[in-house]
Amino acid sequence: MKNKNRIDSMFEALREKDKKALVTFLTFGDPNIETSKKLVLAMEQAGADLIELGIPFSDPMAEGPVIQAANVRALKHEINLDIIFKAVSELRECTQVPLVFLMYFNSILSYGPEKFFAGCKDAGVDGVIIPDLPFEESDEIYDLTQEYGVWQISMIAPTSSEQRSKAICERAKGFLYCVSSMGVTGTRENFSTDFDRMFAMLNKYSDIPKCIGFGISKPEHIENLKKYCDGLIVGSAIVKTIAAGETEADKIDGVKELTAALKAPLM
Amino acid sequence: MENKSKGRFGIYGGQYAPETLMRALNELEAAYSEAKADPEFQKDLEFYLNEYAGRPSLLYYAENMTNDLGGAKVYIKREDLNHTGAHKINNVLGQALLARRMGKKKVIAETGAGQHGVAAATAAALFGMECEVFMGEEDTRRQELNVFRMNLLGAKVTPVTSGTGTLKDACNEALRAWAARANDTLYLLGSTMGPHPYPTIVRDFQSVIGKEIKAQMLKKEGRLPDAVIACVGGGSNAMGAFYDFIGDKSVRLIGAEAAGDGIDTERHAATMTKGTVGVLHGMKSIFLQDKSGGIMPVYSISAGLDYPGVGPEHAALRDSGRAEYYPITDAEAVDAFRYLTRIEGIIPAIESSHAVAQAMKIVPEMDKDKIVVINLSGRGDKDVYSVARYMGVEINEK
Repeated sequence: MKNKNRIDSMFEALREKDKKALVTFLTFGDPNIETSKKLVLAMEQAGADLIELGIPFSDPMAEGPVIQAANVRALKHEINLDIIFKAVSELRECTQVPLVFLMYFNSILSYGPEKFFAGCKDAGVDGVIIPDLPFEESDEIYDLTQEYGVWQISMIAPTSSEQRSKAICERAKGFLYCVSSMGVTGTRENFSTDFDRMFAMLNKYSDIPKCIGFGISKPEHIENLKKYCDGLIVGSAIVKTIAAGETEADKIDGVKELTAALKAPLM
Repeated sequence: MENKSKGRFGIYGGQYAPETLMRALNELEAAYSEAKADPEFQKDLEFYLNEYAGRPSLLYYAENMTNDLGGAKVYIKREDLNHTGAHKINNVLGQALLARRMGKKKVIAETGAGQHGVAAATAAALFGMECEVFMGEEDTRRQELNVFRMNLLGAKVTPVTSGTGTLKDACNEALRAWAARANDTLYLLGSTMGPHPYPTIVRDFQSVIGKEIKAQMLKKEGRLPDAVIACVGGGSNAMGAFYDFIGDKSVRLIGAEAAGDGIDTERHAATMTKGTVGVLHGMKSIFLQDKSGGIMPVYSISAGLDYPGVGPEHAALRDSGRAEYYPITDAEAVDAFRYLTRIEGIIPAIESSHAVAQAMKIVPEMDKDKIVVINLSGRGDKDVYSVARYMGVEINEK
């Protein structure tokens, strides 16, 4: 029997305790691989339940300015999937926190999809979020995700129609990434999406864990949104904190502090 | 809902777009298929193409060039005579009418050199729409005049500083902006690229070029040409010129792409010659990329061909062998620019000069009873400065 995917085990355990997940993000390699590894462990220690690793790409179409800048910084050094897989394997010696790649499809295509999913399995990557591979194109990797037990995390937007959401829900694995508001990643002051309606619809079609992302930056956001979903995703706010820290120690302290503050409403 | 990729040309095309754009793309697809079948829409489009843009454009027999090259007979399709000076207006009028039909009061566009941006700003002025054009910061500096032109037309030009600050980054930014405001805005995409349905929509709106060439050629010569030559960046003028001839197997379809300093240097934009299969800007196609899939910086003297990819239908035409693509260097393009200017009194856009250069290579080797059509996609007034710079001539207007 296949090993159970860490994403599934994590959400099951939280649901039993009636708790919600804190999902955090960093761009891997910003400012360098070694610091990123320490930051991953720091986030886990401070309470992150799942960590997204952004894979640097020249043209991150779904990202706002903060994460775009992180991609530029990460690409200043030599970085590629072989280096990243090796770093993840090393991380796996110290942590079992679920790890999910956030990346653009060209990186997978260029590496070779089969080799990529085999690499994820070997290194211990549990899932992959591919903003530019929507439902329509997901057949291109679906069989590989099943074969290697590495889930493609599907996204739902406030504009996704009911019919479309149903189809996405039916095939979703791991968790559903529910986009809080239109546009790209980046912090927002408030959200105008009708979450009651959105989640009533999604819950009708699937009981898969659902996480809200895009724009969440403060404990208040988490306090207000946690009732709708199974987890909250924080990206740009963490990347900003990493960029603001002058030394590696500053970065780690800043990220620990922010992660703990974001986790507080979920304790 | 059927789980199937749409808008495929062979293995290329598709919709590699974020979920936040899928509704907008689906709405556009539905609106376009309705419009396409609606005689009223077609009548409106024809009216603006003929009465506003000046279509049909002329098919000119280039007698001097024909005699000089001493081979096939050369005809020039004069897209440079369109309003705003290039083929871009054909597509922009179509998409702006589509925006009007969809009830969108705002349009956005990406631009490299500024030709598509100027065309989009023109259509927005004509139809009373708000227009924002995304342009790489680097390009806003290189093409200050076009920035001012767009401002005069009432458009807001937003410089894009992300990435390399050029056309590909302007495309990224336009897609990002559209994801945030698709409810009241249509993205007027400028070439046969991007996620479905854009490659099809742009090709359809540009196909007026090939239809006219065919009708004009039958009238003048009573037969089809033996070759149609066009420059290829994203590929809209070439796709427009080729499309009606795809079924006519006797007609060679030839694309000229930008080889910059040469395909063996690092400074070129020769996607067909040096690129590999990838995904960017919502489409699967051929791209210039490094071994990790990072999109490479590109270079050409022609800002309109300075793009690291090519439209998906061109990639498929190449794979099937139906169309051929050849690299043309800056030096060859500048030679052709000067040649056509002197021999026919027509100043071609530096983009179109790539097609002229390709014609200069093959025409002398063809029999005199053969006919070649060059699609002259735009006029070259905008390029006079960069050609002067290239030739080491200093021009001071101040």
